Formats: sequence, C-alpha cells, structure tokens
Amino acid sequence: MKNYVPEFEKPIVEIERRIAELREYSASKDLSFSREIERLEEKARQLRQEVYSNLTRWQRVQLARHPNRPYTLDYVRLMMSDFTEFHGDRLFADDPAVVAGIGTLGAISVALIGHQKARDTREKIRRNFGMPNPEGYRKALRLMKLAARFSRPVLCLVDTPGAYPGLGAEERGQAEAIARNLLEMARLPVPIVVVIIGDGASGGALGIGVGDRILMLENSWYSVISPEGCAAILYRDSANAHIAAESMKVAPEDLLEMGVIDRILREPEGGAHNDHAATAATLKAALLEEMEKLAAIPSEELVRRRIDKFARMGVWTE
Amino acid sequence: MEWFKRVTPGLEAQTKKELPDGLWIKCDRCGEILYKKELERNRMVCTGCAFHFRMDSMQYIALLADEGSFEEFNENLSSADPLHFKDSKKYTDRLEEAMAKTGLKEAVRTGECTLAGLPVVMAVMDFRFIGGSMGSVVGEKVSRAIDRAVETRRPLIILSASGGARMQEGALSLMQMAKTAAKLALLAEARIPFISILTDPTAGGTTASFSMLGDVIIAEPGAFIGFAGPRVIKQTIGQDLPEGFQRAEFVQEHGFVDMIVDRRQLKEQIERILVWFVGPARKKPRRAAPKKKSAPEAAETVASAPKRGKAAGEKSAKRTGSSAAKPQTRKNSTTKPASEA
Repeated sequence: MKNYVPEFEKPIVEIERRIAELREYSASKDLSFSREIERLEEKARQLRQEVYSNLTRWQRVQLARHPNRPYTLDYVRLMMSDFTEFHGDRLFADDPAVVAGIGTLGAISVALIGHQKARDTREKIRRNFGMPNPEGYRKALRLMKLAARFSRPVLCLVDTPGAYPGLGAEERGQAEAIARNLLEMARLPVPIVVVIIGDGASGGALGIGVGDRILMLENSWYSVISPEGCAAILYRDSANAHIAAESMKVAPEDLLEMGVIDRILREPEGGAHNDHAATAATLKAALLEEMEKLAAIPSEELVRRRIDKFARMGVWTE
Repeated sequence: MEWFKRVTPGLEAQTKKELPDGLWIKCDRCGEILYKKELERNRMVCTGCAFHFRMDSMQYIALLADEGSFEEFNENLSSADPLHFKDSKKYTDRLEEAMAKTGLKEAVRTGECTLAGLPVVMAVMDFRFIGGSMGSVVGEKVSRAIDRAVETRRPLIILSASGGARMQEGALSLMQMAKTAAKLALLAEARIPFISILTDPTAGGTTASFSMLGDVIIAEPGAFIGFAGPRVIKQTIGQDLPEGFQRAEFVQEHGFVDMIVDRRQLKEQIERILVWFVGPARKKPRRAAPKKKSAPEAAETVASAPKRGKAAGEKSAKRTGSSAAKPQTRKNSTTKPASEA
C-alpha cells in the first residue's frame, strides 16, 4: 500500500518517475540532463497545481483515505510535547480504534481523543480499521469527564469509516454509547475543538464530534453515511460512490456553507500525505488559536452557545 | 377429450381464495387471517399470536392521547431540498409522494395532549414517511417539542419508528442527532421526565440519538432496535445472525431497554410511570381555567418541588385531599422541614 496512487495523481507520479530516471541515467553516464529535468519538474508542479485545485468531491474522499495520510498518533507525535495514553472504558474493554489521553499542546494541558487507523495489516486489524466499538466511545467519554473535572479543554480528531457494525457492538449498545456522547458533549463545561482529519462517516464520527469549533482538513469528508453506503442503498451499487459523494456534498466547502463546520485548514500542496510535518504545524497553530479564544468564555456561556450552535443546524420551510 | 369434461355441473371453481381487499389481513407471523375491524379494535395486535403490526402516527396518537386532546404544533414545517439531491428520483418528488401517501408533511407529528388526564408533550414518528427517516424537519420538530416540554414543564414522550437519518440531506441529517441530544441536555437540566418508546423499527441515527436517551425506555414486543442494519452486520462478520438478534427482547436482555410492554397495556403503563414523576392527574379542573394554564400546573408540582420550596409545599398541601397524592406528601414532609431547619 506504500505505493498506492489515486488515479488522478498518476500523471504526476509518472513525470516524477521520469525525472528520477533521468537523474539516475545522467549520473551513471556522466551526462547532464539538467535542462530537461528542470522542464519536467516545472511540468509536474503545474500539473499538480492543476489537479489539486480542481479535485472532485470523490477525489477528496480518496485523498482522505490515502494510506500515507497522517493519523491521530502521527499528529500527537508531531504537535504535542508530551502525551500519555489512557486505556479502557472501565466497563468492558479497551478499544484500540480510539486513542485517548492527556498531554501538552503548546503551553496548554489538554485531553486528546481520536480515531486511530493503521498502515500495516496486523496493526490495521488491531485498530479495527479505525471503527470503534461502544467501548471506544465510552473511553472517550471517561476522558472528557475527567478533563471537565479539571478544567482542561478537549481535542477530538475524527477519522473513521464508521462505528463498527458488529455483533458485539450491537450487544453492548453501540447506539446508546454514541447517543450518550452526543448529550454529554453538548453540556461538557470545557472547550471542545473537533477536527475532521480524514474520514468523517456518520454517527461513528459524530460520537466524538460535538464541539464548540468544528474544523476540517482540506482533503477530508464528512457526511451522514459513507459514499459507498449511500450508493449501495440509493444507487443500487457501491460502485456509484463517486456519484453519491457529489450528491451528498461531502467536501469541507459544502459543509462550511451548510453551517455544519466552522473552518477549513489548507493542506500542503499535493495533500497531507506529502508533508506530515507541515500539516501538523498548520493543525497545531489552528488549535492553539481556537483554544485561546474559547478559554476566554465562561463555561456556562460556552455550553449555551454550543447547544445553540447545533440547534441552528438544518434547513426547512415553514 | 370429451370424457374429461365434467358432465354434471359441480362446484364452481374458485380461482383463488381471494380476500376482499382491505377487509382481511393475514398475520405476518402466525399466518392467521384476521378481520381488519377486529384487528384495529385490538390495537393492531394479532388476536392469535400477539404479533404487533406496525401502526402509523394517527393510530399511535389515538392509542395514547386522551380522545380529542391532541393539539398538534409546528405541523407546517416541511423539508427544503438543501442539497438538490437526486438519486433514481428527485428528493423533492420523494417528499411529494410521501406527503400524498400519508397526508403528512413530515415523518414526525408533535403536539400537546393529555394522557389519562396528565398533560404531556408528545412526538410521534411515522414510518410510512420515507421510512420515518430523520432530516432537518424531524430534528427541528423534535427539538421544538423538547423546548415546549421545558417551557410548559410537561413530561415528554417520543415514540420512535424510524430507519435512521435521512441520506438525502447529507451532513445536515447527521447534525439532527447532535441537535436533539443537545436539547435533551436542557430537558434533563430542567428536570422534566422523558419517556422514549421504541417501536418497529428504531434504527441508525435515530437510535443513536434521542431514542436511547430516555429516562425510561419502553419497547414494543418484537420491535427491531439497533444501530447497524442486520444485512450490513452479516456482511461484516460473514456469518448468520443469531435468532432474535436486535429484537426488543434481545435489546432488553443486554440492558438497553427498561421494559417491553404489550401495546394494549402501553397507555396504562405510561400513566403509572408518569404519575411517579409528576403526581396523579386532577380528576376535574377546579375551575374553568383556560386549558393552557391548568396543564403546566399539574405537571409542574413534583418536577419542581425541591426548587420551589415553600410554594411547592403549599400547593401539595392543598392537593393532599385527593387520594392518590400520597407519595408526594411524603416527599414534601421529609424535604420541607430539612430545608427550613
């Protein structure tokens, strides 16, 4: 999967391959192709800009799932000066699909919660592909309540293809776990900043997605169901996911317009997977800025505004 | 082939055992043929095997609200088409069809009514309207019903019958889960009781928001209650699902439903629960007060008793005359001296 290239990136990758070839050739034969290389590099740059400034919603979904995209623990490593992970919901089990812990961001002590995906097969299975069981949501809630008790703000990084649709998940109350989080997050008396960093699928995302400020990375998506799920039901075939992605308007710009999110964070050119450090720096700066603003609001006011914010969402005629 | 013909006219050949349309209904579970009128009298519960047929919002309102007491509000809210959504059909066409089929504007009806004389705010979903799915309007109407319960201090009853969040409104539908849950936080803060009734089916985003947040959760026998659909789960785990999986009885066994109540006893059971929360209904209004005024008063007494201190004590003292007010007097007799000491 390291070599995974989305279809629309292929022409760029092809040029890059040629550049590398030329370099190697010129080195071995002691010939200079510098002018040709320069020309190709310019072409690649232009092409990348062109492709990336005209991404369709479906292409954004594909980038959101790029296997080299940074995950929660990558951001933790790149933006936090220290982090201690907590395990378990104190009720049933620990859910590795959700990471939760305490740490320091800039000069602020925060609780951090995030869905966790993985890159190699064994780890992917252990993390359940970032699909939480009820225990994940209950662990998240435990951390949030702890943060509230000690007046620490909460950061949530959303990146899930959905809550796990498994037998045990149903038995142990997946719906209840998510519902409980929605209610408790609505009234949590400390600031909550949510960032959708990749996949934002349905209730599984929203289960750690209620907050004062909802941010979204440029190449991420958020909706009521995955494009594949929607396509399977409404378009009779999950191969029509690209149509569903367009119809459901899952891109950050759409959601900003709908009033579902508050802010879009630009990614380095070519997407977050090309430059983890730069993406983490953008994220860190934005989080610190948001948290500084929120810190000034008294907690009662904060909760009132948060509830009002969600109460305003929706479009109807009357 | 002459010999093959019947010589004497025998019995008339019946083409099929045709049931006159709409007069008879076959039970989905036991196969019993039921006379529709009788089935309706029996609250759409099979007289043979007690299978609970699905009911629409009108039938549930008739079941729970005292006759003629249901006053609907916000009935004119209807869906816009914010995404200009189109699959095999346009969303606007789907909405129009649903409206024509059901005579409703949306998948939930909200109103004030009395239940066994007790004033309540009630939201009743209707599965016939695009699978009872929750979009902006359902979310908004449920939210406003919660607001109304807070304002009038009436207990809240929400009856769920829903396949989940509505895909045609994308993320806006998803946000209705957060919105209704957030409003329920305000209801809890105001200490107004919320009874959630789960009927067949209660699924997806509806289950994962207000449905599972009742102070009391009641399910109808056999109702599907779950988050993910059985087909998706089966695909994911690659094996057959156990018998009765995600049915009310299963969900109760796993600790997510307080009780399973036969529809024919549902109203009685809710009444008993409501009385515990708010005290008994007044037999008759003491004076010919306008409806709006007497209603909140009756609901208010217990819910706000500890807060109101003296005033609540006075009111309950007046009410001790009615025989069923005992739990309340006891409560006040213990709390009041303590607060005055």
